[in-house]
Amino acid sequence: MGEPLKFHFEVDGENFSSAGEASVMVKKKLRQLGFSPEIMRRVSIAMYEGEINMVIHADGGTADVTVSDTEIEIVLKDKGPGIADVERAMQEGYSTACDNIRALGFGAGMGLPNMKKYSDYLHIDSEVGVGTTVTMRINLN
Amino acid sequence: MKICEIQNLLNATMLCGEENLEHEVYSACCSDMMSDVLAYVKDQGVLVTGLINPQVIRTASMMDMACVVFVRSKAPTDEMVDLAEKCGIVLMKSDMRAYEACGHLFAAGLRGNAGGTHG
Ligand SMILES: Nc1ncnc2c1ncn2[C@@H]1O[C@H](COP(=O)(O)OP(=O)(O)O)[C@@H](O)[C@H]1O
Ligand SMILES: [Mg+2]
Repeated sequence: MGEPLKFHFEVDGENFSSAGEASVMVKKKLRQLGFSPEIMRRVSIAMYEGEINMVIHADGGTADVTVSDTEIEIVLKDKGPGIADVERAMQEGYSTACDNIRALGFGAGMGLPNMKKYSDYLHIDSEVGVGTTVTMRINLN
Repeated sequence: MKICEIQNLLNATMLCGEENLEHEVYSACCSDMMSDVLAYVKDQGVLVTGLINPQVIRTASMMDMACVVFVRSKAPTDEMVDLAEKCGIVLMKSDMRAYEACGHLFAAGLRGNAGGTHG
């Protein structure tokens, strides 16, 4: 493929309805590029959970996706409250979301575990009061 | 099972995607928690849900689902219908409750496991 392809998205933290639009766009791009359904699904679900997290926990942020010959990298960056205990946040079922988020179908504490499950590499860099950067990579072939 | 059979079994009203009524689906799932659908579902073609917001359609689209059935007489918003049309997803609504709707589908042979043609 040569030069890596880069996609940049602003994720609006004010609008729950539009959360996930960037992930839908990425899925469409990957389909146009001819990636397998398996790769498209893994990338888009991992990114979608991350995008939802930025909206419900961090007032939005940015998403950067890089497609190279060997991997797809997703970097989600926000200036939200940060995560005090990342290890705990990674546990299935752990959530600080309130009931109104749950009423929207999210906040089951499965987002970060899902992101780990669907990616080959997950790293969370977070500082309380500063923000969170989540990096995920999916290996190609 | 064809999507039109689901419509008949659930006495459902079509909301969009009529052109895909002959499409075959092999299994289904039921949830109001989209995180759970994203976590546990594998290759289920149909989502039965009582939840109304655009994330239902995005979740179905991420999971490559062909059809969403809204139960308990809940109707999706125009925004959701537009989104589903763009994603090529069939939407329908039924007056049945989730338990009842799933019971009908299961009894007619639409199972919860992927590749449900084998039972
Ligand atoms: N971008 C983020 N900014 C701040 N906190 C976050 C972020 N992402 C996740 N968290 C924290 O980690 C917890 C677990 O996240 P997750 O597994 O996605 O579950 P859920 O979103 O359902 O609560 C969240 O409840 C929240 O406290
Ligand atoms: Mg989450």
